Amino acid sequence: MSIRETVNNPHSHWMDGTGPESDIVISSRVRVARNLAHLPFPHLLSREKAEDVIHAVQTAIENRVFREKMGKMELTRMNELTPVERQILVEKHLISPDLLEDFERKAVVLRDDEVLSVMVNEEDHLRLQCLLPGLQLNRAWELVSRLDDGLEATLDYAFDEKLGYLTACPTNVGTGLRASVMLHLPGLVMVNQIKGVLGTITKLGLTVRGLYGEGTEAKGNLFQVSNQVTLGQAEEDIIANLISVTRQLLGQERAAREALYRERREQLEDRVGRAYGLLKHARVMTSDEAMSLFSDLRLGIDMGIIKNIPAPLIIELMVLTRPAFLVKVTGKDLSPVERDIYRAQLIRKKLSAAQQS
Amino acid sequence: MECERCHQRPATVHLTEIINNEKRTMRLCEQCARELQAQAMGFFPQINLHNFLAGLLHNEFGFPTTGPTVAPAGARCEACGLTEAQFARQGLLGCGECYRYFGPRLEPVFRRIHGNTCHTGKVPERTGGKVRVINRLERLKAQLREAISREEFERAAELRDAIRELEKELQEG
Repeated sequence: MSIRETVNNPHSHWMDGTGPESDIVISSRVRVARNLAHLPFPHLLSREKAEDVIHAVQTAIENRVFREKMGKMELTRMNELTPVERQILVEKHLISPDLLEDFERKAVVLRDDEVLSVMVNEEDHLRLQCLLPGLQLNRAWELVSRLDDGLEATLDYAFDEKLGYLTACPTNVGTGLRASVMLHLPGLVMVNQIKGVLGTITKLGLTVRGLYGEGTEAKGNLFQVSNQVTLGQAEEDIIANLISVTRQLLGQERAAREALYRERREQLEDRVGRAYGLLKHARVMTSDEAMSLFSDLRLGIDMGIIKNIPAPLIIELMVLTRPAFLVKVTGKDLSPVERDIYRAQLIRKKLSAAQQS
Repeated sequence: MECERCHQRPATVHLTEIINNEKRTMRLCEQCARELQAQAMGFFPQINLHNFLAGLLHNEFGFPTTGPTVAPAGARCEACGLTEAQFARQGLLGCGECYRYFGPRLEPVFRRIHGNTCHTGKVPERTGGKVRVINRLERLKAQLREAISREEFERAAELRDAIRELEKELQEG
């Protein structure tokens, strides 16, 4: 898939809903920060030197050995894309919003299936990322590590014997690794347990943040849990810790769902039914309202209350109804009100198509 | 007039930002203005982190956390020219060499963020050199101690051989 196809297609492999525990773990992500030796970090990099970094990466991915090992990966400079296309890559979680800042000197490398990507000249020269559906952190690390080895075969990394991989921000030094899972936790939110549970997590060297939300507010009951420490623990240990905490969370979320079903079944079914009704028939829908209704509907699907809608469609809709995708779909700039109208229209269309199929 | 950001579309919006009492006005197209605003609306969790970290560094390096920042004093990275004051303000280092120049002063920062000052993870395959072997050796030695304490002597013998092999490799360079 070329980058054009990537931005035209709202679907990514991570939204498949195919991985283990995918009723609650939406996706697993591993990223590592790497820098090239003997060059200032991106925020101090001159325009020409930034270009040198992009060149070096281009050469590294065109190397025959790299290609044999990793397959074809395509480098695209951020300035070759339109603002909407750039924003879409963010909405698909393939790049960070930071890559849009000062984008003239930045680039992205994507593998066809969008599972692997490399951001060039973000906060660090290289940020290698793997994004997979469900709970697959070990696999994600394996793939990132292989990509890392492939690049290191031709690129000289800034590495220190004592401190490990050197990064622009001291919070990333050492492994440079940030592993995270995106979790859908409506049960824990509904039984009012989420604050306590997430509070505990932060005591275990992990951080939690709401997805798409500011601060701790989580839209669509989606939470991202990630490691905080990158120095002094081996990559495998960091990942094992995150997996074990995620498993605990899964247990608690499932227990909460069962309790809700047992004790407040009518209210739960009512809530799911109302969400479905609104999504199917509303004519104007803000992004916040949609996110919260998607969460209720998805819970209904996962619990077998709603049977004719495939679960992955909900994640796809969460991405598809973000502002940049709406602009892409409609092919024109939209005012906020128009956006809410198109959003409602698109949701109705997708849901009725799913029902008929 | 063209948009200052994308240099493609005409500028139709004047976006004024006030950061640290400095006013900056940009002439932008609607699309870019919207993107910038979306970012300002909280898509940037890392900025908060950097501000937070900068506060921490201010304390660590003895710069006042409130009031105007005094002219930079102290160390400067000879490779990229980053000063301690700049680092404390932004929370970002300038290059790999900064870790060497600011070394001892960074240790408390690492300890506070990571609870640790020593990397024990992956080492680059090609350029990692001896560190790779040394790390592997340490892991094997730890495994050997464990095997002995569990009285798994066969395993211990295997590990001992592997350790000898690696030590030989190290000596031969």
